[in-house]
Amino acid sequence: MEKIQQEKANLKYQLQNTMERKSSRKRKINKLVTILCIICVGLAIVPLGSILFEVIKNGVSALSVEFLTQRPGSMISGRGGIGPAIQGTLITVGIASIIAAPVGIFAGIYLAEFAGNGPLPHAVRFFNDVLTGLPSIVLGIVGYIVIVLVIGSFSVWAGSFALSIIMIPIVVRVTEESLKVVPNSIREAGYSLGIPKWKITLHITLKTAFSGVLTGIVIGISRIAGETAPLIMTILGTSLFFTGFDDPVDALPLRIWRLASQPYDSAHAQGWAAALILILIVLLFSVTLRLLAARKGFKVRVIRYSNV
Amino acid sequence: MNSATLKDDHQERRKKLSNLLLSKKKPMDRAFFGIVLGAAGYTLFLVALIVYAVGDGSTEIFSYEGLEFFTGTDWNAVYGREAFGALPYIIGTLVTAGIAMVIGVPVSIGIAVFLSEISPPRISTPLSFVIELLAAVPSIVYGLWALFVFRFWIVDLIEKPLYNAFGDWIPFFGKTPFGLDVFTAGIVLSIMIIPIISAISRELLKAVPDTQREAAYSLGATRWETLRIAVFPYVKSGLFGAAFLGLGRAVGETILVTMVIGNAVGVNAIPTSLFSQSQTLASVIANEFNEAASSLHLSALIGLGVVLLMLTMAINIGGMLLLSRMVKVSPGVRE
Repeated sequence: MEKIQQEKANLKYQLQNTMERKSSRKRKINKLVTILCIICVGLAIVPLGSILFEVIKNGVSALSVEFLTQRPGSMISGRGGIGPAIQGTLITVGIASIIAAPVGIFAGIYLAEFAGNGPLPHAVRFFNDVLTGLPSIVLGIVGYIVIVLVIGSFSVWAGSFALSIIMIPIVVRVTEESLKVVPNSIREAGYSLGIPKWKITLHITLKTAFSGVLTGIVIGISRIAGETAPLIMTILGTSLFFTGFDDPVDALPLRIWRLASQPYDSAHAQGWAAALILILIVLLFSVTLRLLAARKGFKVRVIRYSNV
Repeated sequence: MNSATLKDDHQERRKKLSNLLLSKKKPMDRAFFGIVLGAAGYTLFLVALIVYAVGDGSTEIFSYEGLEFFTGTDWNAVYGREAFGALPYIIGTLVTAGIAMVIGVPVSIGIAVFLSEISPPRISTPLSFVIELLAAVPSIVYGLWALFVFRFWIVDLIEKPLYNAFGDWIPFFGKTPFGLDVFTAGIVLSIMIIPIISAISRELLKAVPDTQREAAYSLGATRWETLRIAVFPYVKSGLFGAAFLGLGRAVGETILVTMVIGNAVGVNAIPTSLFSQSQTLASVIANEFNEAASSLHLSALIGLGVVLLMLTMAINIGGMLLLSRMVKVSPGVRE
């Protein structure tokens, strides 16, 4: 009797032992994977930290009012500034978004409010996604062939056209998605008052989804503001201030590229400073607009229409 | 009888009312529909325009080189000795993008796992914002940083040790490294595509129903085992799709690659080791477009654009198809 009990205890002990060993190995692997994941996060954050650190460290020293407003001087002396580049970026990106925002919003409205599941909306969605994935340099070539060759000069128009092709699909997609989350009851409230569909769409649905649409536009703008490749063959770059829409202009990314390919330290310092300005424009712009959109929120505003 | 007239009357009034409403809103509604349809049509028109423009611009080179354009290895724009072969650049593109994928995909999935499975929301919310910031940095700034800072890290920390250890007897690590090569370009590209792939992967992991995980946990699985047996199989095709979209981006990236790949031309652009100088399709276009003297040279560059266009379209459409079964994401919309 005692023997059996002892054997039982022995077995139990053995079983426990193997299970524990197994589970401790399981736990070790689990821990290892967790650590690997944390390392992955670190691998992504280190470059970001280093980029921001270097841009600020190297960029701040070259910053001055003169640098921001003047034309580029001789590369060796480190004189002059990036005035034309800032101006050119604002103009080119501004025109591109004036083209892209309405087109993108209306196409998004078509997809969300008017299109069903027919072949045409499918085609629009599909090719819109295809457009989003196209390399920007190819769009630069298109801008060159369609506009530069036709009007015979590198120009603001060509650059803005190429950039607008990058921005449109982003705005379309985000507009469609944010219109789709607007609850149907809001539209129905409009219909019940006999408001025509175009008014409902523009004044009620779009307004409700406004912060989403705005986010799309902001994403689009911050994306195209940093584009370099399509500008090479469309606006060309120059050291002069804006002279006309049919002429070449400068842009910040292009100017950074030029400065970085110079062999002089002073040019590199200017390049870092220009990069700082570019990052500030892109980040500050998107952060402030996002905050603004968040504060306004997705609040439903139909009060104004109660007495249409 | 009485009820019938009443019904008729009712119907007539309804008709009148609806006519009134319809006639009032129809013209404006129709015009508005025309506008939105026009905008949607414009996006289709753009695709057609892109295909037409690059097709038209590249006819000259394809009639000059024929299919040799895809297989030739010479690249010479000198008058009288023109030869344009895209093969070295196609290889350069695939090699750099391949390096970017090998490094970028595992890291991105690790990040996605950390954000969706491991970290509490208190940490993961600000962390995903930080990783989104990585996507907001313009590629020219990456290029600047890679050229003046990161290149030297790579040379000192990775390339030189590898070269000293294996350089003599493994050709893969041959060639004295100085930082402007396919390896650096691949690594910087991988940093660029990490935010894209990890953002999509995180969404995919979040979409996995919790019952899936609970089933695995109830069997005594650890977190890793749960991921392996219950979560990853569920989103496998989606993760492939995310990787494809990242690949499409890596293949098409221009300015960053131009700055760090060393810009070799022709046969020299075929990488023989990890530390070879090379060129990608996009970087050749960026480097030579404004210096093209002859229309043939320009047409050859546009021809490279055609190759690039086909390559990225195929990759992106593949990725979209893989993803379409899982969630709705589109390439390049960073949010």
